[in-house]
Amino acid sequence: MPYILGMQFLYYLIGVIVLVVAGQILLDRNHPKRWTSGLFWFLFAMTFIIGDKVSHLVIGYMILAMVALSALGQVKNGGRDTSTKEERLEKANWLKGKLFIPALMIPVFTVIGTLTLGHIHFGKWHLIDTTQVTLISLGIAAILSFVGAMVITKAKWQVPAREGSRLLQSVGWAVLLPQLLATLGGIFAAAGVGKVVSDLVGDYLPTTNAFVAVLAYCLGMMVFTIIMGNAFAAFAVITAGIGLPFIVQMHGGNPGIMAALGMFAGYCGTLMTPMAANFNIVPAMLFELEDQNAVVKKQIPSAITIFIVNMFLMYFLVYHF
Amino acid sequence: MLSLIGILVVVVGFMLRLNTLLVVVLAGIVTGLVSGMSFNAIVSDFGKFFIENRYMSLAIAMTLPVIGILERYGLKEQAEKIIKRVKNATAGRVMLTYLGIREISAAVGLNIGGHPQTVRPLVAPMSEAAAKAKIKGPLPEKLSTEIKTFAATVENTAWFFGEDIFIATGAILLMKGFFETQGMHVGVWNMAFWGIPTALSAFIISWFRLRRLDRRISQAALQVAHSSEGHTVEAQAKDNPESADKEVD
Repeated sequence: MPYILGMQFLYYLIGVIVLVVAGQILLDRNHPKRWTSGLFWFLFAMTFIIGDKVSHLVIGYMILAMVALSALGQVKNGGRDTSTKEERLEKANWLKGKLFIPALMIPVFTVIGTLTLGHIHFGKWHLIDTTQVTLISLGIAAILSFVGAMVITKAKWQVPAREGSRLLQSVGWAVLLPQLLATLGGIFAAAGVGKVVSDLVGDYLPTTNAFVAVLAYCLGMMVFTIIMGNAFAAFAVITAGIGLPFIVQMHGGNPGIMAALGMFAGYCGTLMTPMAANFNIVPAMLFELEDQNAVVKKQIPSAITIFIVNMFLMYFLVYHF
Repeated sequence: MLSLIGILVVVVGFMLRLNTLLVVVLAGIVTGLVSGMSFNAIVSDFGKFFIENRYMSLAIAMTLPVIGILERYGLKEQAEKIIKRVKNATAGRVMLTYLGIREISAAVGLNIGGHPQTVRPLVAPMSEAAAKAKIKGPLPEKLSTEIKTFAATVENTAWFFGEDIFIATGAILLMKGFFETQGMHVGVWNMAFWGIPTALSAFIISWFRLRRLDRRISQAALQVAHSSEGHTVEAQAKDNPESADKEVD
């Protein structure tokens, strides 16, 4: 179906935002790694702006260049605090509750957009790409919220440029990690890693026992998700390799319940792995935690408890309903 | 079996604390090489998957400029002021409230949060402010870090376990699609409904851990109150120079 507004529009916008970050760094004479950090963010911006225009090989080498810059310690955060607590308190006293309006505009407009934008069309032309409604809604909500924030604070244009650059630099090279790990997941899948893992589990565990079948499936989902950083990638492989043959076909379990709780077992793995960077590593950088694995470590006790509860729930539910 | 070498690279790389990006790229290259791909084919695959997954950076790149402006104009400070006015607010209760709202809204198909857009500007500072009010002074660095870390975990827990209860979510559609490729017809209601007990247990387990966090904060408050007996306020600030410094940044 043809549409007017798709992801590419938002990618251009992200590209411009990241270009501004690169520009801020290059203009900053006191930046500890001015040229190399600037280059890193410039290359990242280019993946959004020309990502569809050049060959994948060119993008691949751009990624290798960004990774090399970061591995050699050439990407540094030059963002300094731009305001003091007193200044901010004074401004907060001036704007008070109005400050929350733009912050709340992001979730509110995302929800409104998700519920409505997908249904708007002019003849056969849809307003937005109907396969990406939530993401496009989030993007539009962020734009509206940006306008709201500029109006309410009457900020000059340097403010978003400087502050956005400061925050993105505090995330730093970790900003590449989610996309890069998705890449690794793709290469693992192409190389047949999943098949090998599920064969190993199936071969070494006595899955003729109904409980062991559940245990093997849940463990397989968790371990494979820890390796891949993505429960969705684990699902197809482990369900085809362990779930369907042992739980459904051998022991007559309910496939719907198995799938739902199996996915949860995978999420327990997501909570425990640095490979799920966008959930675990990026927030640690964003909250300026010293230990980049702090979030993972804090999640491990909950994840193991939920995993055990979930596994027994599956055992009791999957064979009875 | 040889294809598992990439996993080994990841495990060893993480154990040696090498740069994470480097570890990931090396694991990909090694896995590709042992499965017979040429170097350029691997690099090209990197490019392809990277471009396909650009949507992952959307939330962070698009919301940070807004959050940046608002933080510059005192959003965190305002969030702290408001939470200090709420009687009986504790760090644990603030986060549990967010957990509940986020999990329930996710369960009805609404995505209202995320680390950059809600946790950093609102949930984390509100939780810290509630703890500060309890301690009646600067928050020890260790507790501040712990509260921020908990805030990040609450977001993940709520989103993961709430999302799967909604029938039109990515995960449920993925499962349905998978069964269809296997020639099976499995109803989405079954998948969504039986997720509820696990989602509830995730909430209860988080509630339990947040309550223990609140107890640790109360203990810290008692210690601070105790150590300040017989001291002047300045002396107390001197006892805690690190946290007093952090307060200004």
